[in-house]
Amino acid sequence: MADPGALSGSTPSGGTATAEAILEVQDLTTSYGPVRALDGVSLRAEVGRITAVLGANGAGKTTLLRTISGLVRSSRGKVLLGGADVTRAPVETMVTKGMSHVPEGRGVIAELTVDENLRVGTLFRGKVGKAEFDRVYDLFPRLVERRNQPAHVLSGGERQMLVIGRALLARPRVLLLDEPSLGLAPKIVAQIFGLVRGLVDAEGLSVLLVEQNARSALSVADVGVVLNLGRVVATDSAGSLLADEALRHAYLGF
Amino acid sequence: MEQFVNVTISGFISGMIYAAFALALVLIWRSTRIVNFAQGSMGAATSFIALTLIHSGQSYWVGFIVALASGFVLGAVIERVVIRPVERGPELNAVIVTLGLFVAIEAIIAIVAGNSFQSFPAPFGLRGFSVGGNTISLTPNGVFVIAAVLVTMVLLIGLFRFTRVGLAMRASAFGQEVARLLGVRTGRMLTLGWALAAVVGSLSGLLIAGGGLVHPAYMEGIIVYGFVAAVLGGLDSPVGAVVGGLVLGVLLSYVSGYLDSSLVGLAALVILMIVLLIKPSGLFSSRAARRA
Repeated sequence: MADPGALSGSTPSGGTATAEAILEVQDLTTSYGPVRALDGVSLRAEVGRITAVLGANGAGKTTLLRTISGLVRSSRGKVLLGGADVTRAPVETMVTKGMSHVPEGRGVIAELTVDENLRVGTLFRGKVGKAEFDRVYDLFPRLVERRNQPAHVLSGGERQMLVIGRALLARPRVLLLDEPSLGLAPKIVAQIFGLVRGLVDAEGLSVLLVEQNARSALSVADVGVVLNLGRVVATDSAGSLLADEALRHAYLGF
Repeated sequence: MEQFVNVTISGFISGMIYAAFALALVLIWRSTRIVNFAQGSMGAATSFIALTLIHSGQSYWVGFIVALASGFVLGAVIERVVIRPVERGPELNAVIVTLGLFVAIEAIIAIVAGNSFQSFPAPFGLRGFSVGGNTISLTPNGVFVIAAVLVTMVLLIGLFRFTRVGLAMRASAFGQEVARLLGVRTGRMLTLGWALAAVVGSLSGLLIAGGGLVHPAYMEGIIVYGFVAAVLGGLDSPVGAVVGGLVLGVLLSYVSGYLDSSLVGLAALVILMIVLLIKPSGLFSSRAARRA
């Protein structure tokens, strides 16, 4: 039973050894014309864990998220959400199934106000009580004073907070984050990652975190999946990946 | 002085009609980034539907309501069937499609209703009010025109600002991909946008027709003025569409009243040129906000 006071739609899993997979990708292949952006990618995102997807620019990380959420159609393979096959599910239905995707570039709707942006996140749900919005504002106090201002006045960090808050209002089971650290100062990145980690630990939210900033991502993730040219080259715990110097140099840039 | 008042009033009234047409264009532009060149003939088509009902014995108001309702349906069907396939691709495709629709719809009207000029009833009197012994150009029908457009504007503002559907439509227009990720059925919202725009277009068709003559191409004159009004006000701004319409209506009325009525078309295009040279984004364009 999901805790009604929680911001996500999951329950804390308590950190046991074999956690079930909330999201599973099997042999996923996506092409843009002749280019194979994803070539047989398989991974598992476990419940209540942060799974980082890492790799250089063009490795296929964003394509992976876009294929999972349905913005892009795969040519082969499966996407399973909570065990159910959602490979061909329409994009608009994914939030109802418990998946929130915060896209590359954040996806703030600049012409709408902060508050309106948040409300768009709840349109699919029907009527949502003020308490839930208040909880988002409690989580991100920086947004309170800007709530009726058009979203284009927000700084990068504030925009990232806005879109995460908006995604949380969907009460997701799994949150897909595409490069949240892009263009942000290290201090803000740490703040946002800390916040996400806190939500995962407190409420059992599952996160699939795409990041080019591998060092920051691995500092907060449980598991890492490294992509290169559309293929998985390594899957391991965050600690093991951090310890593997050769791998880090080859694929992660540090 | 009396001439000034009359010219201004009649300019204001026609300006309201241009405003309605411009509003329909802006609605579609905002939601789908397409200029609907077929807006005029769509409005003509629904007016002819109304005329058919009126000729068969129904009251003006029955024809009015049916015209608006059929406008809604027409707009929805056109978006879903004709426009949806070209929404994503190069803009030129959509332009060609709406131009083709423009011609096709006019031709269909001519086939069904004939090419002759027919008179269209006005719902209210066409004699100007008497003020201090003089007749001014403000007629009861003119008051109706002004009221109808204002009410429409207020309803639209209310819809977009205060309702969930309005928010969904704005989200679909400004951030379609993001809105889809958030669970908004953007396809339906775009169809709804076209349907509402077509209702406004039907309204403008009815307002022009009232008290005058209609024939399949009767909206062609308004199309140019409506476009100029929309550009003048800024294609993204509904308020701009109305202000642009009024400004244009009044200016053109002065040209017609004080210079020569044959110069009106030229004047409209001159105004368009000036707007494009000085402030191409229109009077009320908001600074395009960068999406992040």
